[in-house]
Amino acid sequence: MRIERRLRQPRWLIVAVPAGSLVFAFFAAGLVLYATGHNALSSYRQIIDAAFLNSGALGQTLTQATPLAFTGLAAAAAFRMRLFNIGAEGQLFMGAITADAAGLYLGGHGWPTALVIFAMVIAGCAGGAAWALIPGALRAFFKTNEIITSLMLNYVAAYVLTYLVFNTESYWRQTKGFNASVFPTSKTLPNDALWPSAMIHVRGGIALPLGAGIAVLVAFLLWFLFTRTRFGFEAQVLGDSPRAAQYAGMRTRRKILAVMGISGAVAGLGGASQVGDFAHMLDADPNGLQKQYYGYTGIVVAALARYNPLAVVVVAFLIGALQNAGNTLQGADFPSGLVGVMQGIILFSALGGELLVRYRVRVGRTMPATEAA
Amino acid sequence: MTVQSEKDRRGADGAPPPPAVEMRGIVKRFPGVLANDRVDFEAAAGEVHALLGENGAGKSTLSNILTGLYRPDAGEIFIDGEPVQFHSPRDALDARIFMVHQHFRLVETFTVAENVVLGDHRGEGRTFRLRHRAIEQRVAELSKRYGLAVDPRARVWQLSLGEQQRVEILKALYREARILILDEPTAVLTPQEADVLFETLREMAVEGRTVVFISHKLHEVKAVADRVTVLRGGRSVATVSAADATLRSLASLMVGRELDSVQPARARTAGELVLELTDVWSDGDRGDSAVRGASLVVHGGEIVAVAGVAGNGQRELAETVAGMRRATRGEILVCGKAIRAGDPRSAIAAGVAYVPEDRLGTGVAPSLSIASNLALKGYRERSSSHGPLLRIGRIRERAVELIQRYSIAAPGPGAPARLLSGGNLQKVVLAREFSGKPRLLIAASPTRGLDVGAIETVHAYLREAAADGVGVLLISEDLDEILLLADRVAVMYEGAIVGETSREEADVEEIGLLMAGGQDPRAD
Repeated sequence: MRIERRLRQPRWLIVAVPAGSLVFAFFAAGLVLYATGHNALSSYRQIIDAAFLNSGALGQTLTQATPLAFTGLAAAAAFRMRLFNIGAEGQLFMGAITADAAGLYLGGHGWPTALVIFAMVIAGCAGGAAWALIPGALRAFFKTNEIITSLMLNYVAAYVLTYLVFNTESYWRQTKGFNASVFPTSKTLPNDALWPSAMIHVRGGIALPLGAGIAVLVAFLLWFLFTRTRFGFEAQVLGDSPRAAQYAGMRTRRKILAVMGISGAVAGLGGASQVGDFAHMLDADPNGLQKQYYGYTGIVVAALARYNPLAVVVVAFLIGALQNAGNTLQGADFPSGLVGVMQGIILFSALGGELLVRYRVRVGRTMPATEAA
Repeated sequence: MTVQSEKDRRGADGAPPPPAVEMRGIVKRFPGVLANDRVDFEAAAGEVHALLGENGAGKSTLSNILTGLYRPDAGEIFIDGEPVQFHSPRDALDARIFMVHQHFRLVETFTVAENVVLGDHRGEGRTFRLRHRAIEQRVAELSKRYGLAVDPRARVWQLSLGEQQRVEILKALYREARILILDEPTAVLTPQEADVLFETLREMAVEGRTVVFISHKLHEVKAVADRVTVLRGGRSVATVSAADATLRSLASLMVGRELDSVQPARARTAGELVLELTDVWSDGDRGDSAVRGASLVVHGGEIVAVAGVAGNGQRELAETVAGMRRATRGEILVCGKAIRAGDPRSAIAAGVAYVPEDRLGTGVAPSLSIASNLALKGYRERSSSHGPLLRIGRIRERAVELIQRYSIAAPGPGAPARLLSGGNLQKVVLAREFSGKPRLLIAASPTRGLDVGAIETVHAYLREAAADGVGVLLISEDLDEILLLADRVAVMYEGAIVGETSREEADVEEIGLLMAGGQDPRAD
């Protein structure tokens, strides 16, 4: 048996291999379910019900999927250029902080809702971008490894988030009311700063959050940017061969800064949506937003989508559905770890399947000279 | 010392001894290529046997099979008449078959002696604690006996390429190699160094070893080999005695047709000054000065060649002129205008086209499409973009047109560049560089690794560029190529231009001497 490089990658393979990997993943996860004493088919049935079919299930799935779409897009934008921004997590926190501040301040000063939301979007982008530009600048000017710097800054961002709510002097902290005296919590956004959602009246009503719409729009913008513009062309060349980019006279530093900025801005937008769409406050509970790991799961989403922004949206929806099902079903007979195991198997088989796109396995044997001649 | 096996049965019966190496009907397929197609090869003990062929003829594949790196799809190998099967390079080493690769397999931070014992699993190499003194002594003895001067205590990164090659040969001698394969060993040597190498190889053959010498240079093959096996298109076409063969007959066997060796005369008009270098200095990758006060001029319409042994600052000089490396001192004027140091875009804007030595790493973005690579520099121009937006359709149309005009063999404009062969990749680079309407063309080793057909094409394009009034700065380690193309030859040694002559006055011996750091004889 030999493994050979494929000279051509047929188009159907690019669809067939991920689909095949998914089927394989469900099969392999079925074995795990079976081994732990579950009926695989009924478990899958439960997952599908909890993710899509039950009343309110799709709304919950969208709640999970929206932040994953943002962090997935953030990772895809940077990874495409081989800038390994692992910091979407921290950039999302920073975006949440700045967007919350904008919402609290402008919403409390009687600005019209549309303008407040617009300002929150801008503030979220700015917060995330600024945070991402720290590793970006270090990489551009000092050739520091952005994987490490962006990862470390996630912890810093998490502490900043906690600090801003736990510190008594903080602008974000709720000081009035009974609850606030029991446990530190942040101010709730005024009504004028809440993001609207579109209701679709099927299966008990699905709320389509504004953030989900923005994520789809951003996905299209990124796709356009990367495939149809000079900027995208340069980013592509730089990602494939920094030497060739320099040779062609492209300004590498600027491009690194710009791409890191865009990546951070998209993650920060995820933070803004988190505040405006869902939490309506700054969630600093160490077991809350910080335990969701949206930034890290976003990397998985981007990898599964092969860094294609449009595919990110689809993958984010599916992974969001899986996570939603895991949250809903967890209990004595459905251990919460099971969904994690399934996610792991899916990722593993999808990345393993990549090999089959690029290589083919051939079975043959060495023949003596006479037979060959 | 004789290393030939004495226990051979047929030899004892009085029949002629079996060849030291025999390969019969070797077939090796790679996806899309039949690299070896029923190749037969045999070499006797005590001979220098040349393996001659163009790039892609299957020489490297065959030697990789003999050294156990590849396993043949079909065919048999006999060592001293015994059939063998190599499952790994280790098996081949155990049969005392050793290869000196074109790119040396040395650990740069180790000393010469350490490299020599590395991987040896007998004697000294096997002990837990290295007895440096004893090994160094043994290495020193070997290097003295075979005239392979190198300090056993020196660290490999401190050595020149020629010295590193000697370390590789010492490694083989230390392990008592019975069959030594050398893959294009003269590529990194000056003519004088090559002569010394040939003497060593002859001596090794006299001792009863088998030396397999891989080359595509005819005069070398003729000079050093006893017999020559010619490979063409993956097949063995002939085995001839070197003494009976002529350069012409070898060439026609190798290429399959008679080569046109007559040079078309070229009407030459020295145009205006396109490049003027005055005392240019720049740093190498290790931070030391690689270019040390180079001064040179190139006129429009002429080809100026920079000759030199690899590593004397030629690559850095090319990069400095192309703006990819910052000049620390001196002045670079292109058509009278200064280039901003270390800014490739300013060089491109001034009309500098650059065919880099490292095609795949620098000249193209390998995973991107051919169309993208053809637009790598021109994407900023009006023809390819509209403000910040790319004109995808135009870029594709242009690619189709260039693919046709330069007859690039490609599946289509959308195929990734890395799928192209070396020659076609170079055509992509040339097509792009010429379409930028340059004033100065820097070509760094533009034919390295290409086969004869592609080399002719590249040469034709360079001549054509010069005929169109472009000044061509050709950087090459191949003296034959330089003498074929250049109007003027400048020799670079240790970062400076140490001599310059016109083609008419050029003398190979003299250039070789300058390349090796000898004085310019006319300076005395």
